[in-house]
Amino acid sequence: MYLRKLILHNFKNYEEQHLDFIPGINCLVGENGAGKTNLLDAIHVLSLTKSAFNPVDSQNIRKGLGYYAVNGQFETGGTTEEVICGFQIGKSKSVKLNKVEYDKLSLHIGKFPLVLIAPNDSDLIREGNEVRRKFLDGIIAQHDAAYLNDLIRYNHFLKQRNALLKNFNETRVRDLDLLFPYDKNLKELAAAIYSKRVSFFNQFIPFFNQHYAHVSGNKEEVNIQYKSQVEDEDFPSLFHSFLEKDIYQQRTNAGIHKDEIVFEIEDMPLKKFGSQGQQKSFAISLKLAQYDCLHAIMGKKPLLLLDDVFDKLDDLRIKHLLGLMAENHFGQIFLTDARPERTASLLESVETEKKIFNVINGVVKVNEP
Amino acid sequence: MEFSSKLIETAVTEISKLPGIGKKTALRLALHLLKSEQFQTEQLANALVKLRNEIVYCEKCFNISDDNICGICSSIKRDKNILCIVEDIRDILAIENTGQYTGLYHVLGGVISPIEGVGPEQLNISALVQRVQTEPVKEIIFALSPTMEGDTTTYYISKKIKALDIKTSSIARGIPIGGDLEYTDEITLGRSILTRTNYTTE
Ligand SMILES: [Zn+2]
Repeated sequence: MYLRKLILHNFKNYEEQHLDFIPGINCLVGENGAGKTNLLDAIHVLSLTKSAFNPVDSQNIRKGLGYYAVNGQFETGGTTEEVICGFQIGKSKSVKLNKVEYDKLSLHIGKFPLVLIAPNDSDLIREGNEVRRKFLDGIIAQHDAAYLNDLIRYNHFLKQRNALLKNFNETRVRDLDLLFPYDKNLKELAAAIYSKRVSFFNQFIPFFNQHYAHVSGNKEEVNIQYKSQVEDEDFPSLFHSFLEKDIYQQRTNAGIHKDEIVFEIEDMPLKKFGSQGQQKSFAISLKLAQYDCLHAIMGKKPLLLLDDVFDKLDDLRIKHLLGLMAENHFGQIFLTDARPERTASLLESVETEKKIFNVINGVVKVNEP
Repeated sequence: MEFSSKLIETAVTEISKLPGIGKKTALRLALHLLKSEQFQTEQLANALVKLRNEIVYCEKCFNISDDNICGICSSIKRDKNILCIVEDIRDILAIENTGQYTGLYHVLGGVISPIEGVGPEQLNISALVQRVQTEPVKEIIFALSPTMEGDTTTYYISKKIKALDIKTSSIARGIPIGGDLEYTDEITLGRSILTRTNYTTE
């Protein structure tokens, strides 16, 4: 699977842009602020129906205009598939596959898997559990539509239950029969989501360990721990034991929305005790494991987007990445770099076909060979 | 939109409050009324005012009615042992069109959704619980929308009437996702009423 054609209309700083990509390595070079990352983001929109950087779609429209459209043609095993993602102010976003519009955007997730490695990956380590759960959910949802559906339902029931708790708190009237359907659904969905998260980690962690050992030169021991209240054999009782606290705080205290994903180095929390280099190794290993996991489960290589990695990573990690490129570990790659000469010299050892795109202030020019 | 007349502006504002009608359509309708004969506008206005003032909701089922008890509830041909629970009056019209159902109805007026501030008190649920205790109801069919809110409401009502000896069922989910009963074709809906499945809160 690869993206052959990309057409942008009024997306971020692009007015109208047509691009033809190759199945190998597509290098987007140009000064900072020219719009290299915006091209990666357009590809992200095609694959996952939303921007990787800004969830507010109206802000992804070129200044002063009323809509954007991103159009892509994917080649998958001999057939061409067309995806059009459009957003107009005041209307809801529409995504079409081969001219047929989806009823729900979530149905598109996973059709064209993608992994993005970007400078803000360090958020996975620095930020709270919510960011890590989102990362985890993003991977599972790309290959398991039922999981995504369960998750959407869970979050919806959770919102309804919290609104009800607020109502109980404010009116001092408690109709526990009313709580019952939410509790029942939340407990059932939590169990389903938990078991999928567990089996996901069983697959994910070996991939992660492999990559970490490579980038760190086997120096230290690292660990990913998944902790959930649901692992308690008597989770239903635990859930109900919080009732008074739930009503008092107007929110639900037990469930998979409280799951923790803990990163450790030599049995200590990575966030506190890992060096900056170790944290970077950890972050990129997480992303490469995401790639391997999606590849193994879906049987096709995801698109790989590398945003500014040559600038942000150091030699050992770049070497590992280039090594993987050289042995054809990946499929189609899109990378950005502000320094074309650095990209050229680093990629010298990689034999895969390359194409250079010069991005200058929202306009892309292709180097004639 | 700038208007040369306050009268037009007020009329357009009021008409455009109706669902599915924007300012442009509202203006077109207002101008149309001005162009046609005066009595036509008066007839329309009278009909609307009369509708509002004289409409009655059936005391038993909350269907729209001309009398205190609606035509369905007072008909001797209807089976008083079966009650079909629906969200609003459009659902009654859709089910009546199938010609497959001969029981009575109960209109809830919506579904439970705490986010939107809709609880059992905002709906005709306590009236329903009372009704099944005083009337010879033997079976209840839930025909609520196949959404999380519809399911929650079905579940809640089932719990409330659990102690009574009443058979409960819900209509089969042949209904397209996101589709209201109103848009379901009559054959599918008729079939789903016949093939309704038993409902249990276990
Ligand atoms: Zn009636």
